[in-house]
Amino acid sequence: MASGPGPTQDIEFTLNGKPVSRTASSRMLLIHFLRDELGLRGPKIGCDTGHCGACTVSYNGKTIKSCMALAVQADGAEIDTVESLAGESGDLDELQESFRENHGLQCGYCTSGVLMSAKFLLERNEKPTAEEIREAIHGNLCRCTGYVNIVKAISGAAHGDEGLALVERLNREHAKEVSA
Amino acid sequence: MTAPAKEQTTTTTWTGQSLPRKEDERLLKAQGSFVDDEGMYRQGYAQFVRSPYAHAKILSVDVSKAEALPGVIATLTGDEVKAMTEPLFQFAPKEDGSQVNEYLLGVDIARYQGEGVALVLAETRGIAADAADLVEVEYEPLPVVTDGVAAAEPDAYVLHDSLGDNIAWKGLFDWGDIDWALENADHILKIDKLHFHRYSSTPIECNAVIVNWDPGTDMIRVVSNNQFPMFGALVIGPSMGVGTDQFDFVSQDIGGGFGIKINSYTSIGVLALLSRKAGRPVKWIETRTEHHQSGGHGNERTFLDIEVPVMADGTMLGFKMRAFDDAGAYLHYEPLGAVIWSQVVPGPYKFKHVQVDYTETLTNKCPAVPNRGYSRMQHLWFVERVIDLVAQELELDPVEVRKLNYVQPEDYPYTTPNGCVYDSGDLPQALDMVLEMIDYEGAKKLKADREGSGKRIGIGIGTTLDSGTNNFGQSRILNPELPFSGNGEACTALLDLYGEVMLKLGTNPQGQGHETTASQVAADILGMSPETIRVWTGFDKSHSTYIGFSGTYASQFAVTGINAVIGAVEKLKAEIIEVAAYAFEVEQDQVELVNGDARIIGNPEAAIPFIGIANMVFANNATLPHEMAERVSLTCRHVYVPPFELPDVEKKYGNLTLTYSTQTHAAVVEVDEETGKVEILDYAVVDDCGKRINPMVVEGQVHGATGLGIGAALKETFEYDEDGQLLNSNFLFYHAATAMDVPNIKTSHIESPSPFTGTGAKGMGEGGGAPLHTISAAIQNAIGPGKAIVSDSHNPPERVWRMLNWDGPAEERGVTVVSNGDGA
Ligand code: FES
Ligand code: FES
Repeated sequence: MASGPGPTQDIEFTLNGKPVSRTASSRMLLIHFLRDELGLRGPKIGCDTGHCGACTVSYNGKTIKSCMALAVQADGAEIDTVESLAGESGDLDELQESFRENHGLQCGYCTSGVLMSAKFLLERNEKPTAEEIREAIHGNLCRCTGYVNIVKAISGAAHGDEGLALVERLNREHAKEVSA
Repeated sequence: MTAPAKEQTTTTTWTGQSLPRKEDERLLKAQGSFVDDEGMYRQGYAQFVRSPYAHAKILSVDVSKAEALPGVIATLTGDEVKAMTEPLFQFAPKEDGSQVNEYLLGVDIARYQGEGVALVLAETRGIAADAADLVEVEYEPLPVVTDGVAAAEPDAYVLHDSLGDNIAWKGLFDWGDIDWALENADHILKIDKLHFHRYSSTPIECNAVIVNWDPGTDMIRVVSNNQFPMFGALVIGPSMGVGTDQFDFVSQDIGGGFGIKINSYTSIGVLALLSRKAGRPVKWIETRTEHHQSGGHGNERTFLDIEVPVMADGTMLGFKMRAFDDAGAYLHYEPLGAVIWSQVVPGPYKFKHVQVDYTETLTNKCPAVPNRGYSRMQHLWFVERVIDLVAQELELDPVEVRKLNYVQPEDYPYTTPNGCVYDSGDLPQALDMVLEMIDYEGAKKLKADREGSGKRIGIGIGTTLDSGTNNFGQSRILNPELPFSGNGEACTALLDLYGEVMLKLGTNPQGQGHETTASQVAADILGMSPETIRVWTGFDKSHSTYIGFSGTYASQFAVTGINAVIGAVEKLKAEIIEVAAYAFEVEQDQVELVNGDARIIGNPEAAIPFIGIANMVFANNATLPHEMAERVSLTCRHVYVPPFELPDVEKKYGNLTLTYSTQTHAAVVEVDEETGKVEILDYAVVDDCGKRINPMVVEGQVHGATGLGIGAALKETFEYDEDGQLLNSNFLFYHAATAMDVPNIKTSHIESPSPFTGTGAKGMGEGGGAPLHTISAAIQNAIGPGKAIVSDSHNPPERVWRMLNWDGPAEERGVTVVSNGDGA
């Protein structure tokens, strides 16, 4: 459970490029620590079993679900959340901008987690196919968008202007495969 | 139907454009404000103690150990709640006055797994959870009723003694002359049973409430993600013995709603009582498990003894059936679902003779609440299943049978057998378009080619309606005494002190982009850019504008919300022009508004910026005639009221909804014979919601509704075991559709403007559950004639495999055709 009585541990880690040193309750989940103790709003909570992905953050360069880690496991780690995307100026980064242009979000509740998964994908695969994008975000549930515009937004960020054309092309190929 | 609303004078520079949303920047940067992002000074954290039993007497609740735990602030039990409140208002008590007695917390008996029986409040979430574990509740299990049809049997165990049986509402709907149709039809199709399953759109953000009952002012401030707070206030206010004036409802960003978040009003009520007892603000964030067990499920409906009179060419004359809705353990918003389906009685078709013997029952399951497509999609799925079976069993082409039975473009406005008026559309064209999008001929060839390969191809069509802006007068069909009718929405448009344009809405959206679309239509009226218009985000009863219907639900913002905006902004424009004309010493028709200036037409030099107008009214009013200074406020409220009349409750006849968007879906699926797994190869949608204010937002809604429907058709279901234990209490067992489950959805559109809304726009967003109809049809097509029929809206591999491998006797397929010439 979240917090409460019981043992604590001192932890030090890097959060969005800045050092953090705190005392954490040993039983506290990382997501609760980030939200309730450090006041972040980016990582969200949508389930109790690690299946929704709303809490996705980057942990030493890999995405993890922060509801599936304890706060004390942050000790010594580098953690990035969606708050790290927009620059110092507060301007949306390319990925975020592509989500805005392509209506890749509706209620916005899943968005922080989706963005972190998309970022992780694009760092490893600059030009992903639609199928690879779907694979990469399949741990992030979105109930509003039917995923169509999320895929389009990530494609748009990866392939620039070709992004949308790519989605269109995939549409056609799909249709062709069906008629083949 | 009264006359169409008068033409609006708007230009349409911004309306109709796919503008990126105003909402997005804050949401992308995690600067949105969801309930769990907020808090109140001195707040404690609440945790419910919930019944592990589906049905049990509550013999005792002992909170002493919990209260002794350091950090615990207060507890609250059902008995305390019973002592300080009245049972909740019920829409439709029986004629003798008997009704369900529901309190804000379980009292005496727990009637579904997950029902709240006690509450604890503690300094931290963790202590609250520990303390809840220390509350000792003694239960005595009772017999469990989980079947919504069996619940109606006279010998069924009764959930609510105060009601006398498990029948929440019952009524006969009878339009046209079904007996005549059954006598005169060439054939009668008889279908034993169709079943629409229980599921939910499961918003990713669960319910959440922060409430403070201020001991000094007696005001109750509720920060929540409830999507219809006015409804909540109307129901819980009388139960709690408080006036609606004591409630300040606030919501900012909401992480998805889909109707399910109407349901949290009971939680809001009981958490307010806890706050009053503790003298502290209370924060409660529902867990996913709680949400699945008690947050609300969509309606499950069973259709029995279906008889469909049909002519030899496939013309359907109507149908007769018995329907059972399973409302779960308490009536939350129900039994409204018992009439809401009748907005779409014939679906998109022209048949005239319908008889429905309808019963809504109570069972030991989570209460059913509105879920995207509420009550209509169950019925529309039924209608589409029937039309498809008509085609299959009479060996007719499903495309031709649909076209033959559709309401035709020239028929609009079309009055249905029960008096609803379909406003506009072009269904044959939509069907042609969607078939082209899936390359229908190619798909048929593929189907033939794959025969014998172990993979079968199925092609399915689903035509559906999204009825928007409902007439609350239909609730009187349930109970003629109910003081509800019509509908509407409010908006206030104003200039602030320095001439800034602001809009305050009565709605509280959950991602539908109201800030953007409202500013688009306002921008056109005021001759300025949407960027320069501030739409206050979220809803706050203390400063927002509202009426009893305010909220975001039932596919209506494009009509009620937007027309309220137009009305308010037109009033504001008139005031600005009046003040400017006075200052210019010209007639009002000589003044135009351009880019935030009031100008004399043809003389751009003569301009007063809005700041100047605001100055004259707010801070320099000695420059105005006294009468004008007192009358002109630059704060203009408008309530849009759709033109509705009361329905005839005896005949259950009347116009129940203002607009009807149409959605025509088509899918090509591949069914694996070995496993029964269904894969979607191609999926296309043609949407017609009249004039589109922001096509990108509309398309997003189409995608979303389609994604949820696909999930429901293949992956998502709430199932209970015989003890009433929910088998899908979290996302491990409730398979919410992922990006791998939803294919790329191709979309196209037709714009058939509504003649009834002024703007031509229609409500949309719920989507009529079309993927459920479409995928059922596609699976049916893959299985082919002579086998068991697709009789359930949910088709996981095992069910499909059973249908594929069915080899029972013909009369047990679930459908038979009797020809009237055969002496039937
Ligand atoms: S909160 Fe759902 S995966 Fe972490
Ligand atoms: S945008 Fe609402 S859950 Fe994804």
